[in-house]
Amino acid sequence: MTEPLHTSPDAKAERLRLRYAKERRFKLYGQIAIAIAIGFLAILLISIGSKAASAFSRYMLVVEIDQPDFTPQSDVSVTDVNLAVRDQLQVLFPGTLTDRAARADLFALTTRLSVLPLTRQIQANPELANQPLTAQLAVSDDLDLYLKNDIRSHRRLEIGTTGRLSRTEAGLYRLTTADPDGFFEFQDRLVAENEPATDIIIEASGWWFVLEDLSGATLILSHAAGAIPDLGEQDQSPISAILLGSLSADRKVTNRQIAMALYLKERQLIEKRFNTSLFTNADSTYPELAGAAAAIIGSLFTMLVTAIFAIPVGILAAVYLEEFAKKSLLTSVIEVIINNLAAVPSIIFGLLGAAVFLNTFDLPRSVPLVGGLVLGLLVLPTIIIASRAALRSIPPSVRDAALGLGASPTQAVFHHVLPMAAPGILTGAIIAMARALGETAPLLLIGMVAFISEVPASPNDESTVLPVLIYKWFSGAERAWEPMTSAVIIILLIVLVSMNLVAVLLRRRFERKW
Amino acid sequence: MGWLVIAPLAAAGFFSFYFGRVRVGAISTGSTISSRLNSQPNFHGYFLAICTVLPAALVLFAYLVFAEGNIRNTLLSELPTYLLNRGPEQVDLFLDRVAEYGRDRSAAVTGNILFDASVDRYASLKGSTRLFAFVLAIAVGVGGFVLGRRQLTRTFTARAYVERTSVGLLFVCAAIAVVTTIGIVLSLVFETVRFFSLPDGPSVFGILFGLDWNAQTGQNFGAVPLFFGTLMIAVLAMCVAVPIGLFSAIYLSEYASPRFRAWAKPTLELLAGIPTVVYGFFAATLIAPLVRTLAQWVNALPFTPEQLLAAQPTSALAGGLVMGSMIIPFVSSLSDDVINAVPRPLRDGALAMGAPKSETIKQVILPAALPGIIAAILLAVSRAIGETMIVVMAAGGRALITLDPTSDITTVTYQIVSLLTGDTAFDSAKTISAFALGFVLFGVTLIFNIIALQVVQRYREAYD
Repeated sequence: MTEPLHTSPDAKAERLRLRYAKERRFKLYGQIAIAIAIGFLAILLISIGSKAASAFSRYMLVVEIDQPDFTPQSDVSVTDVNLAVRDQLQVLFPGTLTDRAARADLFALTTRLSVLPLTRQIQANPELANQPLTAQLAVSDDLDLYLKNDIRSHRRLEIGTTGRLSRTEAGLYRLTTADPDGFFEFQDRLVAENEPATDIIIEASGWWFVLEDLSGATLILSHAAGAIPDLGEQDQSPISAILLGSLSADRKVTNRQIAMALYLKERQLIEKRFNTSLFTNADSTYPELAGAAAAIIGSLFTMLVTAIFAIPVGILAAVYLEEFAKKSLLTSVIEVIINNLAAVPSIIFGLLGAAVFLNTFDLPRSVPLVGGLVLGLLVLPTIIIASRAALRSIPPSVRDAALGLGASPTQAVFHHVLPMAAPGILTGAIIAMARALGETAPLLLIGMVAFISEVPASPNDESTVLPVLIYKWFSGAERAWEPMTSAVIIILLIVLVSMNLVAVLLRRRFERKW
Repeated sequence: MGWLVIAPLAAAGFFSFYFGRVRVGAISTGSTISSRLNSQPNFHGYFLAICTVLPAALVLFAYLVFAEGNIRNTLLSELPTYLLNRGPEQVDLFLDRVAEYGRDRSAAVTGNILFDASVDRYASLKGSTRLFAFVLAIAVGVGGFVLGRRQLTRTFTARAYVERTSVGLLFVCAAIAVVTTIGIVLSLVFETVRFFSLPDGPSVFGILFGLDWNAQTGQNFGAVPLFFGTLMIAVLAMCVAVPIGLFSAIYLSEYASPRFRAWAKPTLELLAGIPTVVYGFFAATLIAPLVRTLAQWVNALPFTPEQLLAAQPTSALAGGLVMGSMIIPFVSSLSDDVINAVPRPLRDGALAMGAPKSETIKQVILPAALPGIIAAILLAVSRAIGETMIVVMAAGGRALITLDPTSDITTVTYQIVSLLTGDTAFDSAKTISAFALGFVLFGVTLIFNIIALQVVQRYREAYD
C-alpha cells in the first residue's frame, strides 16, 4: 500500500460493510452448492422410488378350476392349463362371449404364459392334475398399469334408474330410463360432465355395458360383463355411468377389457398382491412375468468369484508393498501402476476381458466366472490402496515390539499388524465389493447382456447381473418396464446401502486412536 | 474337476504339515541351546507342506493352462488336409464341436466318420494327458515330500525357507496388478495394430482426423465426432461438478459446524456410491425429457428461430448434467483433502491480520491449494471421459459435431459398447475398431491420471 489511508470513518464503515456482505455471499454460495448436491440426490431417490413403488405389487387374476380335466396326467402342458383357465373364464362371462372380439379381449387379460408357474407345479406333482386348483395369473402388463394408474381418472355418476332394455339389429342393446323425461336430463348431464369427451361404461344392478352411442333418445350399449338381463321392462335399479377419462384409441386396453376387469375386481377375482414374481422369476419378454431372480443369483455368483479372487490377492499385495518391499525401482513402478490402475475407466477392463479371457483363453461368454474375474481385476487396486492405508495406520511400535521379542518380520506382520489392521482392510474390501456390484459397462463387453430365462446353477452357467438387468429392462419398449426397472434399482440400492452401512459400522466399532 | 483337484491337494498339505511337525517333535530333546530346534515344529510342518503341495500345484496349473491347446495342436496335425484347406475358421469351429462332444461322451454318435473318429481321438488324447498330468503331479508331490523330509533335522532353518516362500507369494500377488496393466496395454496395442493393418482398414491419420464415423454399417472410421462428443459431455459435466464440488468442499471444511459436516459429508459421498447405470436411468427417464421440454419452450419463444435447438429425446446436456452431479463428491472430497492439507499457520496468519474468512480462503488458501485442486479436476475429467453407462443411456448415439447441447451426440465409450455388444467375432474391422478407440481412451485418461497423481504427490510432500 503506497498511498496513506486517510479515509473518513463513513467510508471505512462502508468498506467494512461491503466486505462483510461479500463474506456472507461467499458463505451462501457454499450453502447453495451443498443444497444443490443433496437436492439432486433427493430428487433422484424420490423419482426412482415413486416409480418403483407400483412395481412391488401387481394385480393377479384368481381363477378357480373346480374340475380340472387334464387327460394325459403325466405330461400337462401350458396349452392344457391355458385351455382349462379359458373354459373357467368363459363360465364367468356368460353371454358376453358371443363374438370373437369379445373372447379375444377376455383372453388378453392375461398372457398365455402366465399359467407357466401353475403348469410347472402340476408337472412336479401329477396328483394335482385332478384336484380343484386355484390359478393365480398375472394380468397383462397394460391392464396392470391401467388398474394402478389410469383408474384414478375414473369418475362415477348416478344418472337415473333403469327402464326398458331391448336389442338392436346389430347385436347391441338399447336402454331407456324409467322416467320418460329423465333421459334428456341425464344425457345433458353426461355430455356436460364428460368434457372433453371420453369413453363411458354403464353399470346397473350387476351388468356392465360399454356405452356406444348417446346421441339418440336412448343409450346404445354393448354388453361387456355380468349376466345379461331379460329384455323388456326392468325393475327400477340405479344406473351409474363410469367416465373413463380416456379414449380407447389412446390406450392399449379396450373399453370392454376395462369393464371386465372392473367386474372381476368387484367380485375380488382380480386382486392386488405383493409382486413375488419379481424375486422368484427369471427374465421374460413379458414384463408381467419377468423377475430378477436370475440376475440376483448371477450377481451373487459374480461377487463370489470377485471376492475369492480380489480380496486375498489385494490384501497380500498390500502386505508386500507396505511391509516387505524394499525401496527399489521395481516397487516404485508397481506403486505408480497400481495408483494409475485405480483410475483407469472401467470399460477398459471390459476390453481386457473381451480380448484376453474371451478371445485368447477361449473362456465362455456371459458367465459369472469371467465377469467375476474382470470385476476382480477392476477392484484389485482399490482393495490394495485401502489395505495399505489400513496397514500404514498401525503404528511402528507394534512391529518394533514384536521384532524386539524375537518374532521374524513375517511373524510380526501376520501375527500382529495384520489382525490389528483387519477392520480397516475389511471396510475397504466391502466398499470395493459394493463398487463391483454396481458395475455395468465391463460386463456388457463380455456378453453378460444375453437373455437369461433360467436361474443359473453355478458360476459357469450363462447369467446376468442386477445392473445389467437394469440396463436391459430400461431398453425394453413396453411402458411396464419402467416401474420394474425402478424396482430392481431399489433392490440394488438397498443392497449397496446396507453394504456401505456395514462398512461404516465396522469402522466405527473398531476405530482406534493410537 | 475343481474339487477333485483341490481336495487331494489340501489333504496332502494337511498330512505333510502334521507329519513334519510330529516328526520334528520326536527329535527335539534336551534343553541346552545347541540341542534345541532351530525352528519351531510348526515351521517344519509348513516347510514339508510347501515342498509337497507347491510342485504338484504348479504341474496341475500348467496342465490347466496348456493341456487343451496341446491336445488341439496334436489333433490338428492329424486331420486330413482337405479339412485344413477349408480355412482356419472352419477348422476352429470343427475343433470346438469335437471338444464339446469329447467332453460329454454320452452324446449320441453323429454318424460322420471323420467327426466321430476325431471325437474318439480327442477323448483319448485328453484322457492320456490328464492321466499323465495327475501321475506327474503325484510323483512330484511325493518327490517333494521325500526330499523335504530329509531336510528336517534339528539344525534345519525351516522358518527362513517358509518365510522366503511366503514373501515370494506376496510378491506374486503384488505383481498381478502389474500383469493386469501389461495385459491391458498389450491387448489394446495388439488389436489396434491389427486394426490398422487390416486390408480395407483405415489409416491412423484417417481415424484421428476423419469427420465421418459409421462403424456399424459402413466402413467410415473418422473418430473426430466421437472425440468432440466426449469432450463436449466432459465440459458440460465439469461445468456442473467443479463449482458445486469446490464450493461444497470449501463450505464443509471452513464454515460448516462439525455436526453438519458429520452428516453432510457422508450424504454427499452417497452420490459416489450410486451405480452409474442408476444415473443413466435417471438421466434418460427424468432429465432428458425435461431438457427436451425446456428446449422446445426456448424454440417457441417469439424472439428465437423455430429450429434454434435440436430438442432431441436424448441429449448431451442431460448426460452432462447427470454426469456432473455424479462427479460432485469426487471433486469435493479431493478438494477437501487438499484444502485441509494447507498448513494451519497460513490460515491463522491471514485471520490474525483481520481478514474475513472468505478473503482468507480466496487469497490464501485457494492459491496455496490450487495445484491440488487442478489435479482433482484433472482426475474428474478423466473420470468423465471414461464414464460409460450415462452416455449410453441418455446421450444418444449419432455421430454429430454440433455445439447444440440439446442435440444427441456420441462418445468414445458409447461406441465401444455398441460395437462390442452383440456378436463379437474378433475379425471384423467393426469389432477391432472398438479396441483402437479403447487404446485412445486408455492413453488419454492415463496421461491425465499420471499428471494429476504426480501433482498430488508433490503437493503432499511440500506441506507434510
